[in-house]
Amino acid sequence: MKPTRKYPLTLHVNGETYELEVKPQRTLLEVLRNELELTGTNEGCATGDCGACTVLLDGLPVTACLVLALDAHGRQVTTVEGLATAEELHPLQRAFVERGAIQCGYCTPGLIISAYALLQENPRPDEAAVRLAIAGNLCRCTGYTKVVEAVLAAAEAMYAGRSAPATSTQMADM
Amino acid sequence: MCAFSYIGKRIPKPDAVEKATGRVIYGHDLKVPRMLHAKVLRSPLPHAHILHVDTSRAERLPGVKAVITADDFPPRRFGFAKDRTPLTGDKVRRVGDEVAAVAAVDEETAEEALELIRVEYEPLPAVFDPEEALKPDAPLIHEERGSNLFRHQEYVHGNPDRALDEADVVVEDVFELGYMQPTPLETCFCLAAFDPSGRLTVWSTTQIPFLLQRDLAEALGIPGHHIRIIQTAIGGGFGRGLDMYSFEPICVWLARKAGRPVRLAFTRQEEFIAAECRQPMRIWSRAGAMKDGRLWVRDVKVLLDNGAYVSWGTVTTLVFMETVGSLYRVPHARMVSDSVYTNNPITGAVRGFGNPQSTFVVETQMDRLAEAIGMDPLEFRLRNANRPFEETPQGIKVTSCGLKECLEAVAERIGWKHRHERRPQEGPVRRGIGIAATMNVGGGARIYRSDGCGAIVKVDDFGQVTVMTGATEIGQGSDVIVAQIVAEELGIPPETILIVNNDTALTPWDVGVHASRTTFIAGNAALIAAREVKRQILETAEELLEAAAEDLELRDGFVVVRGSPERRVPFDKVVRARHFRQGGEVIVGHGWYDPPNEMVGADGKGNISAAYGFGAQAIEVEVDLETGKVKPLRVISAHDVGRAINPMYVEGQIEGGVVMGLGYALLEELQVREGRVLNPTLLDYRLLTALDAPQIESVIIETDDPEGPFGAKGVGEMGTNPTAAAVANAIYDAVGVRITQLPITPERVLRAVESRK
Ligand code: FES
Ligand code: FES
Repeated sequence: MKPTRKYPLTLHVNGETYELEVKPQRTLLEVLRNELELTGTNEGCATGDCGACTVLLDGLPVTACLVLALDAHGRQVTTVEGLATAEELHPLQRAFVERGAIQCGYCTPGLIISAYALLQENPRPDEAAVRLAIAGNLCRCTGYTKVVEAVLAAAEAMYAGRSAPATSTQMADM
Repeated sequence: MCAFSYIGKRIPKPDAVEKATGRVIYGHDLKVPRMLHAKVLRSPLPHAHILHVDTSRAERLPGVKAVITADDFPPRRFGFAKDRTPLTGDKVRRVGDEVAAVAAVDEETAEEALELIRVEYEPLPAVFDPEEALKPDAPLIHEERGSNLFRHQEYVHGNPDRALDEADVVVEDVFELGYMQPTPLETCFCLAAFDPSGRLTVWSTTQIPFLLQRDLAEALGIPGHHIRIIQTAIGGGFGRGLDMYSFEPICVWLARKAGRPVRLAFTRQEEFIAAECRQPMRIWSRAGAMKDGRLWVRDVKVLLDNGAYVSWGTVTTLVFMETVGSLYRVPHARMVSDSVYTNNPITGAVRGFGNPQSTFVVETQMDRLAEAIGMDPLEFRLRNANRPFEETPQGIKVTSCGLKECLEAVAERIGWKHRHERRPQEGPVRRGIGIAATMNVGGGARIYRSDGCGAIVKVDDFGQVTVMTGATEIGQGSDVIVAQIVAEELGIPPETILIVNNDTALTPWDVGVHASRTTFIAGNAALIAAREVKRQILETAEELLEAAAEDLELRDGFVVVRGSPERRVPFDKVVRARHFRQGGEVIVGHGWYDPPNEMVGADGKGNISAAYGFGAQAIEVEVDLETGKVKPLRVISAHDVGRAINPMYVEGQIEGGVVMGLGYALLEELQVREGRVLNPTLLDYRLLTALDAPQIESVIIETDDPEGPFGAKGVGEMGTNPTAAAVANAIYDAVGVRITQLPITPERVLRAVESRK
């Protein structure tokens, strides 16, 4: 029999605080998806191998399927839902959209979070740094080329203080 | 120069923003009230009689709402060969065979219930090698068939026996190709719910919504018109969803028995065990050429391991045959294939569908022939390349064909001519460059009696244009392609078009997303529908603007009189003008496109597609002679796609295809011993990461296909097909060993290097 007793849990997610009660075996991923209905964070394996569930825990990227929810007690969690404001996409999201870095999109939230963590640390990464930062995020669709381009373009745009790497019409002329 | 407003533009997919922000809803995200969770009990044995199944303890577990075994189902079979039932009752034929299933209030309870089910098995002798399976005393997987041979197929053109004698050189190899998994990031999913009148809705990750509707009806005896399939956003397909699997009728039957909606999602481990994988093949191949550079003959024998049940994947031999008989001009060719049952995992459709296998064989031997006659491999290929508007002896009617241009483009960009000048000849790390080409169906593939797709375009009284298409979106971008095609025809920005593509109750019929067919087929259907809508708009606008249709054009949601832009009327007004009058009409157009291709005959001949895509790759690798490790450094991939409706997603298909091809070439192998998958995790079954994947340069060659929508042909699978061959050829170029097994693991490289010494 698995434990059925629940324990109190305080989670700070995307700037909001949640008071919950969860079983000790629940992972952070399960709580985010099932209790908080933040389904942007995806499950691709539940064993820490695909990176689809990547979130920031106190600012650092982790695979949420390997973190017990209770271990996140009182800590800050950022998911993909926490990046865009109502009016505006985050430059990373925008670059992913405009540069064709999204196909099925299942890996996308995890990739964007990993890239976000990289850009916090290193605002002007080169291609090798980007590839290293997202090496834990599997993508079956894109072959990574456009993902890497998108991260570099977003970094460029953020560094230059602009909000967009390029508009789609500009790109259409390329 | 470009006369198009929206064709050829890099316009993002309509679902990209919701995917980037995490708002999109995949199957795994779905929750409906009173939803139960299902788990399947699978056989631990590869071959055994089931003596007894006792579910009584599971049924008594609190929280369990339904338990089913084979006895709960009507006596109906399903599958390509009607060789399966959703749950097996008499015997299991593979590790992972579905024996019982449970629906409970949560997954934990369902899992616990599985542990309470007792199954008594009587193990049977099993067979895991297809050659063994063909021996007269082999254990039979399906007794009623009397043999483990499922299908024998022969194809011949010219006179291969004589040609093998005539040829100046003949090369001969045996190839051994392993299991590869489609491995989309989202695992298989199904949610089934009945409404009070007995109608069934299924939310699914399928690639064939309309065939699933039919397959469920057949398997369960529910009338097809009571079944509605809704596709959620799908986290990748790659062929996985081209057959109905057992879990789908299982999920439906649990929902029926429990009287509540039931959700069934595979774990990753289950995905590795129970989702169909690429057919392992053993291939004996001979090829001959003349000293003057003419490719002369191919003679190929294929042994294909179906696994325990047969899926659509068994017809991969048809695709294999196209490469053998028609990639390059080859006057004599023969292919004999046997598809065989074993107690191994089930195989099915995976991107390329037989073509990565056949291209590996054909393109490896093209290199060997070139060497044997002392000709440059590129020159040998160019010399024998397919030409536009030429019918092959197989009955393949090539129309647009940019094979030569593709070969030249990759050779130039990789520096083919000077490839031997700058590379290290000493030391443990050597470099090499390999080249390989591909031909793929690019205008549908008639493997079902219909290769059609429907589309409906309507304009509402706000001027909103909605397209209902049968085309399934699995990430590839069919939504934006259809939008761009309709947009071009109607003169409105594609971003404003609403695409409905996921509900059999609304969308017109389609065979499914396979064979790189969607741009060509669904694109043509949408174009036909859009033309009809345009006609209707112009008809009414003629009255409103008092101008002749020839003088009108559609621009930005208006009908405009050519030359006097102030005389114009918006779409919504046109629509209302038709609604608000006696004898009015809606504005709606429908299109059905079924390409002018034909089913391949019993002799293996016939024009299976209405157009063919061509491509070539040049790959540079580094081979470490001490570790055997092969590192791809650079890939140039050029593809004749007719016309790129959206170059950004064409590149996406090529780049993703190449990386999948590199996985097939170097890394990905489901290790199966005695029918058991030994590496059912993403840690042990390795996909390329961003660090492993090299730089990929895509080159788009446009040939303006006469039948394609705006000249476009399919591209979805092409990137994957030639990669393994190009890698193997590059390894040969680097270190002089020929590897004929896939994947090319460090161990295999070292062994080959060792045996050469
Ligand atoms: S779901 Fe967490 S790493 Fe795959
Ligand atoms: S876009 Fe599909 S897995 Fe990355």
